[in-house]
Amino acid sequence: MTDLTHLTIAEASKKLTAKEFTALELTDAYLSAIDAANGTLNAYTTVTPDLARAQASASDQRIASGSAGVLEGIPLGIKDLFATQDVHTQAASHILDGFKPKYESTVTQNLWDAGAVMLGKLNMDEFAMGSSNESSYYGPVINPWRADGSTENRVPGGSSGGSAAAVAAFLCAGATATDTGGSIRQPAAFTGTVGIKPTYGRCSRWGIAAYASSLDQAGPIARDVRDAAILLKAMASVDPKDTTSVDLPVPDYEAAIGKSLSGMKIGIPREYRVEGMPEEIEQLWQQGIAWLREAGAEIVDISLPHTKYALPAYYIVAPAEASSNLARYDGVRYGLRVDGKDIADMYEKTRAAGFGDEVKRRIMIGTYVLSAGYYDAYYLRAQKVRTLIKQDFETVFHAGVDAILTPATPSSAFAIGDKELAADPVKMYLNDVFTITVNMAGLPGLSVPAGLDAHGLPLGLQLIGKPFEEETLFQVASVIEKAAGTFTPKKWW
Amino acid sequence: MSVDLATVKRVARLARIAVSDDEAARMESELNGILGFVEQLSEVNVDGVEPMTSVTPMLMKKRVDAVTDGNKADDIVANAPNSDRNFFLVPKVVE
Repeated sequence: MTDLTHLTIAEASKKLTAKEFTALELTDAYLSAIDAANGTLNAYTTVTPDLARAQASASDQRIASGSAGVLEGIPLGIKDLFATQDVHTQAASHILDGFKPKYESTVTQNLWDAGAVMLGKLNMDEFAMGSSNESSYYGPVINPWRADGSTENRVPGGSSGGSAAAVAAFLCAGATATDTGGSIRQPAAFTGTVGIKPTYGRCSRWGIAAYASSLDQAGPIARDVRDAAILLKAMASVDPKDTTSVDLPVPDYEAAIGKSLSGMKIGIPREYRVEGMPEEIEQLWQQGIAWLREAGAEIVDISLPHTKYALPAYYIVAPAEASSNLARYDGVRYGLRVDGKDIADMYEKTRAAGFGDEVKRRIMIGTYVLSAGYYDAYYLRAQKVRTLIKQDFETVFHAGVDAILTPATPSSAFAIGDKELAADPVKMYLNDVFTITVNMAGLPGLSVPAGLDAHGLPLGLQLIGKPFEEETLFQVASVIEKAAGTFTPKKWW
Repeated sequence: MSVDLATVKRVARLARIAVSDDEAARMESELNGILGFVEQLSEVNVDGVEPMTSVTPMLMKKRVDAVTDGNKADDIVANAPNSDRNFFLVPKVVE
């Protein structure tokens, strides 16, 4: 029998329906793979074998009785940011020690309602703050990809590093992830997987530990475009518990795959050609342009003049919202408590011990920019710049552009413990230079693998779409995927 | 704009994060690095630009002002570090 963990979701669903194997066998295959690999890759913070087997057995019964859901028996990994009832939920932070919520996030509930099986919780940057998965309390995730002939460990990207690594290493069929500034798309690009951050409001944020509420969105990471489409359809919903979730029907994203690009206009923004960008990234971009042109799309040069201000505006808006959202972690209602001489001392000691360096940094920046006398100079100005960034996109979409093609990241996966990046937080932030504008404007963005660099490491291209036109992204991404193929790391772990 | 050591300590106090002198000194340079980076926003002409308050144009959803949930005190204190008869226990705040 072929290795069940190497089947895509679409293939596994077909074979489960045809009763070629059971959901329990599929789940057991993944649990064995996790057992063998997680000590090395550190993708999961918690594995839930008993729950997974119980869910898989229930799936087998539903398949037998003809009442299977669209994800029936499909084993998924869940980012540690999503609340999962009675299961470890810590946002990879020490401050949520022992937290097991009594409720389920809307996105994960949607997945269980569709018949999916939970394998466990996936490692991530603490509170989704990071681009390398090195800020996790549980230690870094190791990218299953290594440079040709090298044994050096690389980062899987972040913050959804566990999600991307687990999908790439066949430790789950697909994974949930979240994206505030690039946290789905950058790790997808670093691991040769497909990741989509849908339009703000497409997925409910209820039950997802909040980082920056006006930017956070959930989305899937999957092995191919079709699987990402299947997962997003199951995750998305309007939710009365999240007033920013939109009341629009969820389309059948899968139906968009394979449609002709004839008559479609793809914009190429000149501002995404940044200084110091490796020649390989430029070549990859040109290759992507060529593929889309061959597929019948019209390529147009566009300008998004405020692009360079997205990153600095983000580093005001996101920390400001984070400082407010993370005020709730005070040692009173859940998680870690460090005793102090009085209640203020308890708060301060708890938060000092519970938060890691990057989280503290962002809380401090946020507290400062919101403090009396600085609000107008920083926060208000950043929110105005955000309006300008959104207007840039509106202008090109009004001019008839259907989607925008850019590189996903300015480099391939870098080494764990990169000293230059560790010494300068701003350098690390620059990893999100191509993805962050999309969050600032609330648009959908998809990262699709498009090739390997000279060292054999995967590189991705990003597609940016109009609000709630995720279908276009799946349509265009499937053309790139067809031309580029899919990418699998050589197993060394 | 930049922060000095005293400001770092004041902000840490506002954020309720205990910092040692060494940590505050390290944070001072890191925060100034970030503040220096965001300084470039001052180049942008934002005259007459509305600050963004909602990224998707939508009306705030409203619901009937009615109790729709509750009677789950046990669930609410289930994760508390210290609780007693459905109360959260904290150090004494009133003498």
